[in-house]
Amino acid sequence: MSMTDIPAAEAPVWHHRSFAGRLALYAGWLGLVALFVWCWNLMTERTMWVFVHDAPKAAADLVSRAWPPRWSYMDRLWGPLWDTINIATLGTLLGIVIAVPLAILAATNTTPSRLFLRPLALFCIVASRSINSLIWALLLVSILGPGILAGILAIGFRSVGFIGKLLYEAIEETDAQQIEAITATGATKAQILSYGIVPQVLPTFYGISVFRWDINIRESAILGLVGAGGIGAQLNASLNVLAWPQVTLIMLVILATVVVSEWVSARVRHAII
Amino acid sequence: MTAADYPTRWKRPPQLIKSRFWSYALAIGAIVYLVLAVGTVEVNWQRVMIGMERGQRFVAGFLQPDFTTRWRDISQGLIESLTMTLTSTVVGVLISIPIGIGAARNLAPAWVYAICRGIIAVSRALQEIIVAIFFVALFGFGAFAGFLTLTFATIGFIGKLLAEDIEDIDESQAEAIRATGASWLQLVNYAVQPQVMPRLIGLSLYRLDINFRESAVIGIVGAGGIGGTLNTALNRYEYDSAGAILIIIIAIVMLSEYSSSHLRRWVQ
Repeated sequence: MSMTDIPAAEAPVWHHRSFAGRLALYAGWLGLVALFVWCWNLMTERTMWVFVHDAPKAAADLVSRAWPPRWSYMDRLWGPLWDTINIATLGTLLGIVIAVPLAILAATNTTPSRLFLRPLALFCIVASRSINSLIWALLLVSILGPGILAGILAIGFRSVGFIGKLLYEAIEETDAQQIEAITATGATKAQILSYGIVPQVLPTFYGISVFRWDINIRESAILGLVGAGGIGAQLNASLNVLAWPQVTLIMLVILATVVVSEWVSARVRHAII
Repeated sequence: MTAADYPTRWKRPPQLIKSRFWSYALAIGAIVYLVLAVGTVEVNWQRVMIGMERGQRFVAGFLQPDFTTRWRDISQGLIESLTMTLTSTVVGVLISIPIGIGAARNLAPAWVYAICRGIIAVSRALQEIIVAIFFVALFGFGAFAGFLTLTFATIGFIGKLLAEDIEDIDESQAEAIRATGASWLQLVNYAVQPQVMPRLIGLSLYRLDINFRESAVIGIVGAGGIGGTLNTALNRYEYDSAGAILIIIIAIVMLSEYSSSHLRRWVQ
């Protein structure tokens, strides 16, 4: 059979969507484009385009000034680096200490009161999650003064939401039969928690904690920008005096720390789970 | 059979580390580390006492937020944050689609794969704040630097997850399309795109949510948005305005989290 049997105009053409479906899709895309253009105009209202046109030249200038890194500055970075690791570790521990009771209060199967304590615990978890650790640090530095303590508290408060949320979800997913078996022996509430729930969520708990520690190392490296101690403070000082070779070195150190912590956390999680 | 043969006491088995030596060694190591680490924390109690009074004022400001006095600054910062969030997500997703396709092992040749994976790795390794510092140095203060920062961060996030999603597609569908004699573009359009589109939309919505949170932070280093306003309010010790800004941030984050999780459930 040759192609000429059906006139070209009548040949059915296959379409992915119906006519109305296509129309709605196009309208949706058009709406998105319009929204984008509107937002773009609002955003760039106050942009100084002179600086933007200048950017390639500025970039070349910056690179020429920032390279090579000033290796001798490394001597003064070991202390702040140790502080950064301490902020991340102690902050994670603080987060765990606050998050574990909150998670127990927030999980539907362990909470003592669904009406009052559970919403309260959930609110604490959400509030902690919606405020970035840098903003926590900003607040705490203005209250406690600059230093490591503000950094530890900032990291801790931000970790509460992360650990709390993942942990209470893990508690809710525990196997109810095991808990029932423990209850049937006449165990008290604390014994149910210790023998029924803890063994089930322990691997998840270690995994979450190490994961959060890894994230906290990244975050604690920049907390110093707002005065909360660590290597970020050195970064801030170098930026303020435009010492770009030092900035390059600090960036490299931060990058190396992040890579190492990610490796450690991946290894530990692999070993546990 | 005597009673001694049958154990009457049960000892809980160790849960994580089986070897007794290692569990003691790790415990001692942890204690030594804690002592050393806590020792480095210097607290200036006088400063803390002064700060406590400020803390009370902050809590009071948070409970009685002042939206009106600085409303011009707050609304300006909020508009910058929101527009920055949307434009950077759109542009970031548009750029990350070709990069994500290039970083999928089953679609791209080896050299394209290596380049695209490299771009993704660089974007993911650098913190938003650090990128923002550089973009502010290059493009000047304001929302444009923030837009570039968030776009850059979006590329790594969406690119990586999209590439992994493309690598996980059902190969038999791709083979069926290939068997019709389709070109590479047709293969992407008819075999890959329908399979990854729902997830791509879900990821974009999730990233929109993340970008708003980040836009509240990068303002601290001068990249525009509500973070800059918050920083200014705290520097002026205007805790009631700062409380208002924080309440707005928390409200928008909660709203966007709920709506984006609902939208994602509806799309997928």
